[in-house]
Amino acid sequence: MSALGFDDWYALTQLYADYASAVDSGDWDLWPEFFTDDCVYRLQPRENFERGLPLATLRFESKGMLKDRVYGIRETLFHDPYYQRHIVGTPVIRKLDGDRIHAEANYAVIRTKLSALSTVFNAGRTLDEIVRTPAGFKFASRLVIYDSEMIPNSIIYPI
Amino acid sequence: MNASIPLSDLVSTASPPLNWESGTSRIPFAVYNDPALHARELQRFFYEQHWCYVGLEAEIPNPGDYKRTEIGERSVILVRALDGAIHVVENACAHRGVAFCRARSGNAQAFVCPYHQWNYALDGRLRGVPMRHGVKRDGVAQGGMPVDFNLADHGLTRLKVATRGGVVFASFDHDIEPFEDFLGPDILRYFDRLFDGRRLTILGYNRQRIPGNWKLMQENIKDPYHPGLLHTWFVTFGLWRADNESRLVMDRHHRHAAMISTRGNAGKVSEVSQVSSFKQTMRLHDPRFLDIVPEPWWNGPTAVMTTLFPSVILQQQVNSVSTRQIVPDDHGHFDFVWTHFGFEDDTPEMTERRLRQANLFGPAGFVSADDGEVIEFSQQTFEAKRGHRTVAELGGRDVGNTDHMVTETLIRGMYRYWRAVIER
Ligand code: FES
Ligand SMILES: [Fe+2]
Repeated sequence: MSALGFDDWYALTQLYADYASAVDSGDWDLWPEFFTDDCVYRLQPRENFERGLPLATLRFESKGMLKDRVYGIRETLFHDPYYQRHIVGTPVIRKLDGDRIHAEANYAVIRTKLSALSTVFNAGRTLDEIVRTPAGFKFASRLVIYDSEMIPNSIIYPI
Repeated sequence: MNASIPLSDLVSTASPPLNWESGTSRIPFAVYNDPALHARELQRFFYEQHWCYVGLEAEIPNPGDYKRTEIGERSVILVRALDGAIHVVENACAHRGVAFCRARSGNAQAFVCPYHQWNYALDGRLRGVPMRHGVKRDGVAQGGMPVDFNLADHGLTRLKVATRGGVVFASFDHDIEPFEDFLGPDILRYFDRLFDGRRLTILGYNRQRIPGNWKLMQENIKDPYHPGLLHTWFVTFGLWRADNESRLVMDRHHRHAAMISTRGNAGKVSEVSQVSSFKQTMRLHDPRFLDIVPEPWWNGPTAVMTTLFPSVILQQQVNSVSTRQIVPDDHGHFDFVWTHFGFEDDTPEMTERRLRQANLFGPAGFVSADDGEVIEFSQQTFEAKRGHRTVAELGGRDVGNTDHMVTETLIRGMYRYWRAVIER
């Protein structure tokens, strides 16, 4: 690819919009399907990312790990139920590298606990590598780098 | 140096006496919901007579490196001076109080307060103040500091510092006992097991704000009743069993504790956990989460959780090691700061393993996120249902070391100490 054609741009923006819609839907099984089998997914504080410290809040190295997380959310992680709503900016394409798109997007997640006000839960940007597969565009790598200095208690659902 | 609050100030806001029904097995909600008691706790636990965690030497490896952190609700700076010595100074300008250090970490030759440019050496000594001798006009000095103004009287508040095994503790109270005595021999043994002199490597941080009283996190790690029940992930994948070979050890004051356990294999997990939802057949899609490799320094135990009162928890859970710092912010909230680390002789594979197992812990961890959640729900009741109390009577009503996990004795022990210090 030297420049993204309209169809690919359309598919890419759909991917970002679909992802937001899926992780806000409560149907957690949708989430791993946005990734390749040997994907990288990291939810990492900006502090660690910028200082080159490798620790992430969640650090997954395969689609299997994402499925294990889904199992944890559904079956083992006791938590206060909440709704979440992702507001995702238009992706900016940083680099086209063969069949791999390097893109990033800003995001904010609003959390609404039952009987409570809606609050900004987490904010940051995603640094993404997207590849073309027979099933359409998938994330080969998604680094979710959050500005939020303090996690309000805990993060349960996928960001 | 020792900025203690006069007792009269505390008494004037003191609350009615606490109603302890028997010893410390029934804990009044008031210990979690009373701002006046919280002020007393800050003074007596965080600002006097207790070594508080400030960080790891590996966070400030070079001369001039510093890290901003907190002891209780006061901002302090951990810094390595140009001669290599470690100092801890309060982040409060001696002039007008400005908390001048805003970066979380960095490297500096000196600390300069932005407001009026008072200039401090890294050990806190005041080196100079602008316009000290006034400003000359027509050959006459106007203004300036009084002639008896002595730089030596206006340094930053310097804390007493203790380092051991690469960990740094500090105290506002310069009359404090030595760090080793503060821990006592039984807890020191487990401290030294983890921090055995090998150089540490910093893997990174996690920070969460938990809407609960700070003591609830100490209690959570002094409570071996809950892991097999709340953390079903632990049980599902065989990491926790209530019949694991285990011991609970306290210092002689019962303020610190070590929860020591060794993973066993006997018996069916479901018989022991009594968790009906337990899924014996569940398998991980990616078993690398539990790619556990025993390390020589373990000397047996697969998990040792050490609570050092009041400020920190030391975690070894299989290959994942971290410090968890408790930073209170009023009686109803605290910040919980996780510093994951490794050792200088770790292979790249071991580093990967530690990072991977860190998925189990922290604010989103498979077996830690739920701790913050239940602490929040406890605090909700403590705020609303004034005058009531908890029950911590598993294993009896007294306090003592055990060779099993089926007890809340460590919580009762902590409150025995709490009463001795707070009610005196
Ligand atoms: S307040 Fe710091 S120099 Fe004046
Ligand atoms: Fe727990």
